[in-house]
Amino acid sequence: MTEAKEKSTLHVKDHDVVVPGEVLAEGMEYLPSQGTYRKEDKIYANQTGLLILEGKVLKTIPLASVYLPKKYDVIIGKVIDILMTGWRLDTNSPYSAVLPLKDATFDYIKKGTDLTAYFNLDEYVVCKIFQVTSQNLVDVSMKGPGLRKLQGGRIIKVNAAKVPRLIGKRGSMVMMIKSATDIQLIVGQNGLVWLNGEPEKEMLAIEAIRKIEREAHVPGLTERMKKWLEQKTGKKIEIQEMPEEESYDHRPSRYNGPRRDGPRHGGQHEPRRDGRPRRNSPFRGSRR
Amino acid sequence: MAYKKRHDGRKPTETRTITAKAGIIPKADGSGYFKIGNTEAFAAVYGPHELHPRNKQNPKQGLLRCTYNMMPFSGQGNRVRPGPSRRSKEISMVMEKALTPVADLSECPNAVVDVFVELPQTDAGSRCAAISAASIAMADAGIRMRDMVAAVAVGMVDGLAVVDLDYEEEAWKEGDVADIPVAMIPSTDEITLLQMDGRLSKEELAKALEQSLPTFQQIAEAQRNAIKQRYADAAKSIKE
Repeated sequence: MTEAKEKSTLHVKDHDVVVPGEVLAEGMEYLPSQGTYRKEDKIYANQTGLLILEGKVLKTIPLASVYLPKKYDVIIGKVIDILMTGWRLDTNSPYSAVLPLKDATFDYIKKGTDLTAYFNLDEYVVCKIFQVTSQNLVDVSMKGPGLRKLQGGRIIKVNAAKVPRLIGKRGSMVMMIKSATDIQLIVGQNGLVWLNGEPEKEMLAIEAIRKIEREAHVPGLTERMKKWLEQKTGKKIEIQEMPEEESYDHRPSRYNGPRRDGPRHGGQHEPRRDGRPRRNSPFRGSRR
Repeated sequence: MAYKKRHDGRKPTETRTITAKAGIIPKADGSGYFKIGNTEAFAAVYGPHELHPRNKQNPKQGLLRCTYNMMPFSGQGNRVRPGPSRRSKEISMVMEKALTPVADLSECPNAVVDVFVELPQTDAGSRCAAISAASIAMADAGIRMRDMVAAVAVGMVDGLAVVDLDYEEEAWKEGDVADIPVAMIPSTDEITLLQMDGRLSKEELAKALEQSLPTFQQIAEAQRNAIKQRYADAAKSIKE
């Protein structure tokens, strides 16, 4: 074992672009994380991405991907069907979402009401995913700050893998585009972006978004975008963080007890590492 | 007369010139291009997206669906009849079987990843070029896969074990020809496609496969560089 440790070698640098099947490291000293896997003593990438080296842990950030629904994501959905008790939304992913009546509005809705009065076909809404099953059946809700129907403006699509870059650290990139162009801008985690403002400014914002999408993997993006926007608008821009209430981090901030979306390890407890039966005694250590 | 020297002067284990590119079809979720000699394949990947008809949906994992198509003008001068044929359906099927072992679609049950491959010109080895191009396109689309599949034809032309047969060798009239398209997972040397046309002894098959092993690594290298080049180009254009 000690011999193996000495031989550990790294074949890549931090922030390299890595591709599936590429050997990232040899030896047991390094640890595989997201987007990588270990086979015997080698670590391989299993997704095209930007390599991130955190100490001895290797992971990749995907450079391109299709959106897959995740709990607590705030997305922009398009109404594609009207159901008996709700709406079906296209989520720009392989799976459509259902917006149930009770999570859509605080109004009392009588039986037999025409639901198109609330959301009609082809309309866009900002909504939050509150449940995803193992088969990726999605439920969304419109109850929450900032969740609403979108009126006017235009929708563009960006690659879902680039959305975190487009939002920036604590929403700084979105804030920057907004302050530079004076338009309304909402970025859905699913890669749909809504813009509303003067047409020229909308076009400028779209140009900025496309630039971010193209250059997302090259370091120094925020500074570069700042310069670019300053040059285009002739305005002085400050990089600022997003205020808490419009933040893009929609995870509940308090600890809400144990996870309720299923057992973590497929069973009640993980087996002990040494394979011995788990003690049921409430005392964890030895008795003093 | 035995086939001692290849008609185009290549060494037995030498492939034709390989060009590989990624991200050439902007509208697709991922795309790849693979050219080997005069055989040229464009691959576009769409998805994962919703799968219809629904009876094809698999609740355990996503499906990989390939479509191979030779363009009407791509053949040896005779017009290839457009539309699906027995041959193109078979190749679509073997492509799926060659690529499925590397793809991990467990995260997208009931969905489908569509891979379309078009060949504007062919000079033998088209299914191998199609698989190589499709691998690049899938990796470019960000599909989870443990490796990219590399494919090339190996074979025996009148007693000489060679890799990457072109049409002239495949249709060699002066002796026996065995044409064996092979797809391999380069990191593990696992074979995901092996078909054969012609007559060959067990030992000859082993020899032909054995000597082609470095070729698969070479193709894998070209595929990896294709994707890296795409992102390197974007980085370069910023600096200028």
